[in-house]
Amino acid sequence: MSEKEIKNLEEIFEQRIARDEKIEPKDWMPEKYRKTHIRQISQHAHSEIVGMLPEGNWITRAPSLRRKVALLAKVQDEAGHGLYLYSACETLGISRDELYDQLHTGKAKYSSIFNYPTITWADIGAIGWLVDGAAIINQVPLCNTSYGPYARAMIRVCKEESFHQRQGYEIIMTLAKGTPEQKEMAQDALNRWWWPSLMMLGPTDAESVHTAQSMKWKLKRKTNDELRQQFIDQTVPQADLIGLTIPDPDLKWNEETGHYDFGEIDWDEFWQVVKGHGPCNKERMSARVNAWEEGEWVRDAAMAYAKKQEGKKLKKAI
Amino acid sequence: MRNWPLWEVFVRSKNGLEHRHFGSLHAADAEMALENARDVYTRRSEGVSIWVVESKHITASNPENSGELFEPAQDKVYRHPTFYTLPDEVKHM
Amino acid sequence: MKNENLIQYIYGIADNVLILGQRLSELCGHGPNLETDIACTNIALDLLGQTRSYYQYAAQLSGEGKTEDDIAFLRNERQYKNVLLVEQPNRHFGYVITRQFLFDAFHLLLLEELQNSKDDTLVAIAKKGIKEVSYHQRFSSDWIKRLGDGTQESHKKVQEALDDLWRFTNELFLMTEDDKIALENGVGVNVLTLQEKYNQRIKEVLDEATLTIPETKYFQKGGKQGIHSEHMGYLLSDLQYMQRTYPNMKW
Repeated sequence: MSEKEIKNLEEIFEQRIARDEKIEPKDWMPEKYRKTHIRQISQHAHSEIVGMLPEGNWITRAPSLRRKVALLAKVQDEAGHGLYLYSACETLGISRDELYDQLHTGKAKYSSIFNYPTITWADIGAIGWLVDGAAIINQVPLCNTSYGPYARAMIRVCKEESFHQRQGYEIIMTLAKGTPEQKEMAQDALNRWWWPSLMMLGPTDAESVHTAQSMKWKLKRKTNDELRQQFIDQTVPQADLIGLTIPDPDLKWNEETGHYDFGEIDWDEFWQVVKGHGPCNKERMSARVNAWEEGEWVRDAAMAYAKKQEGKKLKKAI
Repeated sequence: MRNWPLWEVFVRSKNGLEHRHFGSLHAADAEMALENARDVYTRRSEGVSIWVVESKHITASNPENSGELFEPAQDKVYRHPTFYTLPDEVKHM
Repeated sequence: MKNENLIQYIYGIADNVLILGQRLSELCGHGPNLETDIACTNIALDLLGQTRSYYQYAAQLSGEGKTEDDIAFLRNERQYKNVLLVEQPNRHFGYVITRQFLFDAFHLLLLEELQNSKDDTLVAIAKKGIKEVSYHQRFSSDWIKRLGDGTQESHKKVQEALDDLWRFTNELFLMTEDDKIALENGVGVNVLTLQEKYNQRIKEVLDEATLTIPETKYFQKGGKQGIHSEHMGYLLSDLQYMQRTYPNMKW
């Protein structure tokens, strides 16, 4: 194809998106669109399955049977979400194995929040309330993104996600209303998860490299800073309601803007964790790699068995 | 070794409705694809019947041919009931 | 039948399901791939759901304001009546599947008989459980065949698991005092009568899987009497951690 022809196709393509038409797998798309989507969707999928680890950490120690089944179901949902997203990504012409490989070799990123440790039961509440809360804010607009398979996966994800945040808030609320020891546990978890949750919504707009293009392709509907403000505005009253204190001395309601003003985020910490030097980056990666490597003989066995069965069927047919 | 192939999953959410495409997954064989589909796509009672088909067996039309495939149908307005005029007295037909 | 005996009889069934559910849930997030991970978690959720039904019933029988969680988390090791088989660790996926397969076959036969109990609550739990466990058996049997008749390596690994775990199967068919009392009262199941069917079922699948039952002269037992393997203490320290560290709190 000549350069002019490509240019023409690109123009038609951008117009389709601007008209809110969906792009489907076999449609022509600019290489950059394909690559950006592979990057974002797989990063999202990786976040789901790495996100299983910090919470999975507490399944065997959950304090009641009710909490245990709910947590187990939640972590399982994350596996499901990972699966939906990997599937969406595969429609762009890359296999799940290649995507895993990118994760395992550190070429692909996942949400940095999962590199923090879950050290008390209250952390499970904090993750559900704050981390899933921030995730939902990020995800809901994606149900309407331009790439059909991604949008459809996100609709399914968001539908299932709604119980996660409620579960987390219920855990934290129960602790906040419990004994002094439990309340302290809840406050401590909030103290540790608050700032990383704010960072989860991405670098400030000034630092964010992908925003303009992502807006055009409807991979984003609002900027990182707008999303962060939305998250804070929605979460502060929830903390107030259960008598917990947001660990930010500068947090203050601003009558004029109708939003909360908040303190400086420690972006050095953010970049340190992104670059692989968070408290649990190594543990998370080795858990993923181990599961994959230790599962290899199992996956191979299933393929070998399927092949033998296929052979037997053929023989019978002859 | 070769990786588990991709399968497409179709679920009937209740009797009376058609099977609808729900998504895809990986499985080594058809039996496993059915089981995996049950475990992945019907965890919240979304289905009463499942079809699975290995993705490679699906033949799909090419969007490049959309013009010749689908546009010729657009001007055949006489296939639609609104093409025909009826006296007002005939309310439903 | 005295409540105390019935409660003990229920523990004898329910503890198996709790401990196996706990073991399986360790796997969540670490399975050989996403699909299999999700499937194993579904089984764990079924088992823990059954556990809750049994314990809620036992708690109600014991009165004294007991809850399902008191029963699940606040007994001493000797008071758990699960068989040794279900507490065996997830050494590798071959162990997970073999343990599951060896238990599922028994579990299904047990629930089928429990449907005839005079105790309506147990009948209801059994009826619901049968549907779940039929699927578990299908899943674990399919996987036993895949691993047994898959590659040389998988065959070796799953045979190793079978050689190791088979010695725990005989315990499934031992009658405890509480089992006998429950049987006499028309409430319990005579597990002795299940063994022949069990062996048949197991052999059928293992033959297809090209696996062989090891020649075992000495079988292990003790779990039903609350005498567990060394693995159990560690499992319980995880399971009971919160309830022991923070007693008398609501979660």
